[in-house]
Amino acid sequence: MSQNFRLPKGGRIDRGKPLDFHFDGRPLTGFAGDTLASALLANGVHLVGRSFKYHRPRGIMSAGSEEPNALITVSRDAARMTPNLRATQIELYAGLQASSQNRWPSLSFDVGAINDLLSPALAAGFYYKTFMWPKTFWHKLYEPVIRAAAGLGQAPTLPDPERYAQLFAFCDVLVVGAGPAGLAAARAAAARGASVILCDEQNEMGGSLLSHPDDVIEGVPADEWVGAVLAELARNERVTLLPRATAFGYGPHNMIGLDERVSEHQATPDPLLPRQRLWQVRAKQVVLAAGALERPITFPDNDRPGTLLAGAAHLYASRFAVKAGERAVLIAGHDGAYQTALDLQRAGIIINAIIDPRRDAGAPQIEAARAAGLTVLPYHSVSETRGRLRVKSLDAVSVATGVRQRIPCDLVLSSAGFTPTVHLFSQSLGKLTFDGNNRVFLPGLAAEPVRSAGACRGLYDLESVVADGGEAGETAAAASQGRSLDVSPRPARGDRGYLGELPKAGRPSGHPAFVDFQNDVASKDIALAVREGFRSIEHIKRYTTTGMATDQGKTSNMNALAIASTLLDKTIPEVGLTTFRQPYTPTSFGIFAGPARGELFDPVRRTPIHDWAARQGAVFEDVSLWKRARFFPKAGEDMFAAVNRECLATRTGVGIFDASTLGKIEVVGRDAAEFMNRMYVNPWTKLEAGRCRYGVMLREDGMIMDDGVVGRLAHDRFHVTTTTGGAPRVLAMMEDYLQTEWPELDVWLTSTTEQWAVIAVQGPKARQILAPLVQDIDLSAAAMPHMSVRLGRICGVETRLFRVSFSGELGFEVNVPASHGQAVWEAILKAGEAHGITPYGTETMHVLRAEKGYIIVGQETDGTVTPDDAGLSWAVGKLKKDFVGKRSLARPALAALGRKQLVGLLTDNGQTVLEEGAQIVLPGQTGGLALGHVTSSYYSAALGHSIALALVADGRNRHGEKLAVPMPKGPIAVTVVGPVFLDPEGVRLDV
Amino acid sequence: MSDLVSVTELPASARFVLRARPAAALACGAVFGVTLPPLCRVAEAGPRAVLGLGPDEWLLLAPKAEAAAIAGDFQRDLAGQAYSLVEVSDRNLAFTIEGPKAARLLNCGCPLDFASFPIGMCTRTVLSKAEILLWRTTETRYHLEVWRSFAPYVVGLLKEAGREFGL
Repeated sequence: MSQNFRLPKGGRIDRGKPLDFHFDGRPLTGFAGDTLASALLANGVHLVGRSFKYHRPRGIMSAGSEEPNALITVSRDAARMTPNLRATQIELYAGLQASSQNRWPSLSFDVGAINDLLSPALAAGFYYKTFMWPKTFWHKLYEPVIRAAAGLGQAPTLPDPERYAQLFAFCDVLVVGAGPAGLAAARAAAARGASVILCDEQNEMGGSLLSHPDDVIEGVPADEWVGAVLAELARNERVTLLPRATAFGYGPHNMIGLDERVSEHQATPDPLLPRQRLWQVRAKQVVLAAGALERPITFPDNDRPGTLLAGAAHLYASRFAVKAGERAVLIAGHDGAYQTALDLQRAGIIINAIIDPRRDAGAPQIEAARAAGLTVLPYHSVSETRGRLRVKSLDAVSVATGVRQRIPCDLVLSSAGFTPTVHLFSQSLGKLTFDGNNRVFLPGLAAEPVRSAGACRGLYDLESVVADGGEAGETAAAASQGRSLDVSPRPARGDRGYLGELPKAGRPSGHPAFVDFQNDVASKDIALAVREGFRSIEHIKRYTTTGMATDQGKTSNMNALAIASTLLDKTIPEVGLTTFRQPYTPTSFGIFAGPARGELFDPVRRTPIHDWAARQGAVFEDVSLWKRARFFPKAGEDMFAAVNRECLATRTGVGIFDASTLGKIEVVGRDAAEFMNRMYVNPWTKLEAGRCRYGVMLREDGMIMDDGVVGRLAHDRFHVTTTTGGAPRVLAMMEDYLQTEWPELDVWLTSTTEQWAVIAVQGPKARQILAPLVQDIDLSAAAMPHMSVRLGRICGVETRLFRVSFSGELGFEVNVPASHGQAVWEAILKAGEAHGITPYGTETMHVLRAEKGYIIVGQETDGTVTPDDAGLSWAVGKLKKDFVGKRSLARPALAALGRKQLVGLLTDNGQTVLEEGAQIVLPGQTGGLALGHVTSSYYSAALGHSIALALVADGRNRHGEKLAVPMPKGPIAVTVVGPVFLDPEGVRLDV
Repeated sequence: MSDLVSVTELPASARFVLRARPAAALACGAVFGVTLPPLCRVAEAGPRAVLGLGPDEWLLLAPKAEAAAIAGDFQRDLAGQAYSLVEVSDRNLAFTIEGPKAARLLNCGCPLDFASFPIGMCTRTVLSKAEILLWRTTETRYHLEVWRSFAPYVVGLLKEAGREFGL
């Protein structure tokens, strides 16, 4: 079988370019220009899937993005496999591998079809009613089984190797839809000088004109007109034409999301191109020319393969030169469908009968059809169709007499009329109004600068559509230029189509009449929902799941609404319309991720010394966005061994540590000290230039927010350091206060975090290593005491040299401009070689500071810790009039007894290292509140036993007390001690 | 290298963040030799440039070798004035994005409309998750400044987005 249903001529396909493809492993051929759907139909393949719930055989129903049945998996390889694509939108390429879904073992014999026999039991609400008890079974049994049986394609399990791009774009006028209205709008807007983006979800622009090439617009055939307009637009450099780009989401302030399929339609995608691109278009004005969707008619067995929308069958014949079948029955719900019947007849499809359910069908249309030799059955209904994998016949019944006749056919076509595509307008929060005469929802009051044109606002005759598009484009362009045009909108006419289910006539078959094909919701499900008391469409929708599939009810919402409104005897607006949500059609996750994965997922910040550390085999840890060297293992060392070695080397000799990530803020101005007084708990006025102080900053609620050493460089200049992770929020809070509370202060803040590389040299030998490298700074204890800062040069490079210590040893922090960081680091290392200088990482830094009882913000503090709780009362300037958090500290609760206070813990067994975060209780306590928790815990090589810091209720009064740390293997006995384990007198610092 | 767009790192440069009260701003401009521009505009004089980043904030750019002299000039001539000058030469790295597709490339992660961003305009903005500073120097050339540690991310993002332009 090779394209037996391809018409001998016509269509927009390229017969010179045959394309081989596979469907469920079966080799088939189509032509360039085909969609997968048209190529399948050309080969006589209608059966393409099994329905979601009942596993009923389903065929291609439409020719566009509204397709509810033909959901297909397309795979290039195991990783590049996309499920749930609509066959009607898949462009055929050579070698395309497509497969059907939701069937086992095969599409034509599917075990799941047993559900169809059980269908009376599976009506709406079945799951709610059946799987409620016992409750615990839902998560473990019912839901997994139901989900496994439910019918959508499989997600690939391998990482997606495709690339996805993102782009921000701007225009005066965005036109959505390149049919006659959209083309006219874009042309008119561009002619007024507006910058225009014209997007269309299809590969070719032209919309409905592509299947009506002989229509005449402005005196020329539509074909020619489309070509001329597109050529004119392409020549205009202020116009961007975006085929294959679906406007899927309409956000606030005219931000519209487009999903452009850049290379996925190519047989061998260009490796330099992304698969898809997310466009975020900010448009001054939007013209929606989204067209209208043909509505199917609801009748029993209306889902057999071979049942199509009438317009789709016409489109396949005209645009793709494909006959969807040989002998058709067409069910016409509006007068326009008669023309479709005549067109199809001309294309070579035999029309066995036109069934019209209306009593008042247009007489001229009936006459014309009969004159062309067609049988018309006015005021008739349908009781059933037959055929297992393809429709074979249809039973028509006279509504008036109940007389039934069986009509053989391999094609059942229906057209109830057209539903304007108002999705994007609705997403923009524009109000929809119901036109009772024409029974359609139309765009009403807009919430954004947007106008609708053409069929999406109920205009269907070509002349009006083109004129409407032109007017919309022109007024949009003028509005984008700040002018308004006086144009009175054309009244929408609609098509007075048919809504809902065909009338019951004769002896009903009782077969399901499907409303929502994708979710397998039939008219009887809606009837059941109404019988069970649901009144609002919002509830009926959720109970029956109608309109809740990935097609969002494009072909079903209006029919469901009409059926409910008839049963409830209410008008359609009274029953309500459900909300349209993004995306218009399913959209790949990839475009939202864009390039944000792997190395580009988040910025990875590295210090100037990072590369050196990496070469040494350092193990890194993430600290906010930074990579910090955690420890430097030597061959055969684990972390424990490496950290013990690094700690001992620093305590007995000298260690070197990269502290570049510390936040740094330069506070400059004549009011700098006053500003510091207000921001920090400490007093700053009397701090001399050249001296440093440990600063503590609180939040307004009196809790510790950040800390760090601050050096006063001059009367009006402070070098403030913050924690690594706290730098941005400290600067933001300082700026906030400065700008909103104290604008009168002459002081300014500049982030200098990345200006300086910071090299900490710590240990008894620190001075003798640095001294020879430093010019014009006297490092002696007398000239440069602990907590001082000097400006000078080191290794010929400008430095801010701090004498500070976070280890408890004699220590210096060498600040040099970042570009010199690694060179100076290596110079110090070389100078220290003879002294056994040892690089250490953050883990050793943590142990060293814990031995000294120095807190780390975020470890010993958690937003509930005051300076007094942390043992830092000494830092608070008691005489200061005010500082951020001062008033909160005066609250009784913050001075109450029983607050958790920082203490040290020693385990009875010195080799036991407590777990950080472990709870602390009284010995023997098995329930109730814990007294506190372990905040830091390490093995101290210098002391030869483990140490821990903890926050314990009333901790300072508990020194010497025995407490317990309950663990799964039993409680660990601990003794409360002071938080300083090593050198409490600080003699090691003062050398 | 692509004809459509290129990304080139610029040599080291002297940079200062200048903050000043309006009364001091005029004097600061005179000392630096460039009249301070208004917000989001750049003023140039020879190899020196001043970028207006805020109502009272400017970024001064000059050849690297002039850094010490600039700091000295301010200290000598502006004693008692209400201003702050902080050197940030090493804080930023700078890149030139150049070519007919330069704006399009930046729009991969920067939500600015470059049609409304004339030559001589500058602003702080974002490129996806990184904060950057942009200055349009010609019709098809942009000067980008970014904090040093964010530079690999920014370059990586531009390279990824520039693949289709042969970057």
